Amino acid sequence: MWSSKNSVHVFGSPTSSRPTTCQLFRPPLQQQYVVITILAMPPRLNIVVPIKRVIDFAIKPRINQTKNVIETNGVKFSLNPFCEIAVEEAVRLRESSKDLVESITLVSAGSAKIQDTLRAGLALGADKATLIDIPAIDDSRSLELEPLAVAKLLKAFVEKSNANLVIMGKQAIDDDSNQTGQMLAGLLNWSQATNASKVTVDEASGVVTVAREIDGGTETLSAPLPLVITTDLRLNTPRYTKLQDIMKAKKKKTEKITPEDLGVDITPRLEIVSLSEPAKRTGGGKVDSVDALIGKLKGAGAI
Amino acid sequence: MVPILRSLARVGRMLPKIYGKPNYPIRLLSSTKPLRSPTSSILEFDEDVELFRSVVSRFNADVVAPRVEKMDEEEHIDPIIISSLFEMGLMAVETPEEYGGAGASFTAAVAIVEELAKCDPSVSVLNDVHNTLVNTCVRKWGSDYIKETYLPPLATGKLGAFALSEPSAGSDAFALRTRARKLSDGDFVIEGGKMWITNGAEAEIFVVFANADPEKGYRGITAFVVEKPWGVNVVKKEKKLGIRASSTAVLSFDEVHVPKQNVLGVYGQGYKIAIECLNEGRIGIAAQMTGLAQGAFDRAVSYAFKDRQQFGKYIGEFQGMQFQIAQIASEIEAARLLLYNAARIKEAGGQFVKEAAMAKLIASQVAERTASKAVEWMGGVGFTRDEKVEKFYRDAKIGAIYEGTSNIQLQTIAKLIQKSYV
Repeated sequence: MWSSKNSVHVFGSPTSSRPTTCQLFRPPLQQQYVVITILAMPPRLNIVVPIKRVIDFAIKPRINQTKNVIETNGVKFSLNPFCEIAVEEAVRLRESSKDLVESITLVSAGSAKIQDTLRAGLALGADKATLIDIPAIDDSRSLELEPLAVAKLLKAFVEKSNANLVIMGKQAIDDDSNQTGQMLAGLLNWSQATNASKVTVDEASGVVTVAREIDGGTETLSAPLPLVITTDLRLNTPRYTKLQDIMKAKKKKTEKITPEDLGVDITPRLEIVSLSEPAKRTGGGKVDSVDALIGKLKGAGAI
Repeated sequence: MVPILRSLARVGRMLPKIYGKPNYPIRLLSSTKPLRSPTSSILEFDEDVELFRSVVSRFNADVVAPRVEKMDEEEHIDPIIISSLFEMGLMAVETPEEYGGAGASFTAAVAIVEELAKCDPSVSVLNDVHNTLVNTCVRKWGSDYIKETYLPPLATGKLGAFALSEPSAGSDAFALRTRARKLSDGDFVIEGGKMWITNGAEAEIFVVFANADPEKGYRGITAFVVEKPWGVNVVKKEKKLGIRASSTAVLSFDEVHVPKQNVLGVYGQGYKIAIECLNEGRIGIAAQMTGLAQGAFDRAVSYAFKDRQQFGKYIGEFQGMQFQIAQIASEIEAARLLLYNAARIKEAGGQFVKEAAMAKLIASQVAERTASKAVEWMGGVGFTRDEKVEKFYRDAKIGAIYEGTSNIQLQTIAKLIQKSYV
């Protein structure tokens, strides 16, 4: 059977949409025709979400004076809040449009204990997880894994996994570096949109529009894939994980690799000379009327 | 020679009873982690339970804490909390996945009850009765029909209640008078009244114990799964001293027609279901009381060490306060260990009746003492309703009363001890 215009349609992968027709050849009447079509496929996102296991945000960190490290014995650890926002954003992108997201892969570097954190991320909705096993980096020595080393590990991993979008937290709440995302984008030579407070993906063109919170207000960028996005606090509010999802996360795939597998040297280049707590807050004063408040502020030279 | 061996064997058989050696197989507590090392605490849980705990503590902070005071004043649980509990899968912890549940362990369910109680014991008891009493009954004794019909709604939106007690049948539960009249086609008609039913006002699915054959005494008691639209009336909601938000209802069953396939377990063996369910429920209440104690303790001790200064230093730094705080902390730890020990034994399939009774007894006593001290440590401020600690004091009292009064627990423990000396 010929189509009316003597052109043929080919159906490619099941996920394609908007196949375009093109006139390729006119098959002879007696033969069965073979269909070939060039499809304009919208980009499918292959997202990598790097995450970090940190001391829980509700806990006040203490310093172990003798060893000059943060006290981690018996302290509760959990998923870095900005990383949680990153996983949530990846899952929301998947939910926003069918077939937009092909896979969401979590990756984290450290000791075997980060398995729990990866599981929490899988429970939020990621598909699979990779643990970059660095046994020497246990809880008390986590600061020895520096942002540049992490960025190099992530570069190797991202290239290995054919990702075209990296969504990660803007910083970890333990070292507050705010460097890894930017370094990663530089090493990969990808575009970067950091401190994102809103992310929109245009499915047709694969251009991502990101609103960023900067000191002066909000800046809106648009960039093509591939792209590194780092999340800021107001990007989304992560969902409560259902118990059923936590149990299902047990069955999701987690693989273990080493820095040697990725060919990265993670030797630290910085040495922590000393750690100390910030100066204690001195007491303030209480006033009981607006006039008194204004008086005090004037007295302090503030207004 | 042989008589000597025989008497040695007799002694050998008695040894486990004397020294209390466990005679159940040591099984894994949960399938996610290998048997814990001998040196680790039994309060180290596997990652399932820890993840659940962090989910619940976030739920507490975001959803429950802002509503606690209002719910207590109005004596009514906010429907948002009930629907959120269902949405998060917290109401079907042990229910298998094919029925919509999380398929987790008993320890996980108990840990969730404990964590909820740290914020609001009323929400905790709602979850506890639904999970460890109603869900467990349906899951363990329900026919395939009952499981397929009721476990999914119990997991997704319908609250359950456990209707055993009556005005004249509390500790003496088997003196219950609610009748289940058998009809010619095998169906039943339930008539009577129940009292002190937790979740009674909001529940839609009830596990009801009624006597189908009064002449046989307690051997006529049969358990039924009854749906509210069939004629269960909420006559009254009690106004209580504590756990005010939790509904404690008087129910009446006026010619409630129950189809024969809704008989739970075996006809005439409802008393067995009641006993076994309540043994497990005791561990749940122990968890609620332990969580309550911890919640009150955390509130008051944080005040003592961080908020209140008198005579130039924080009140928590005075030795008198420190000794009291240390004493109470030790008691809470002891209660928690009893609780999780009972939970472990139950999960491993051993005899846990004595341990469960001890856990509930001690936990309710510790909760009462802790809450009382917590109010004292906060001083005048602790006595005001705004500071959210006096509620724990009122809530703690019920621990010694429901799901088996402390006297009943003492009697249970004593009888089991007596057996091992006879």
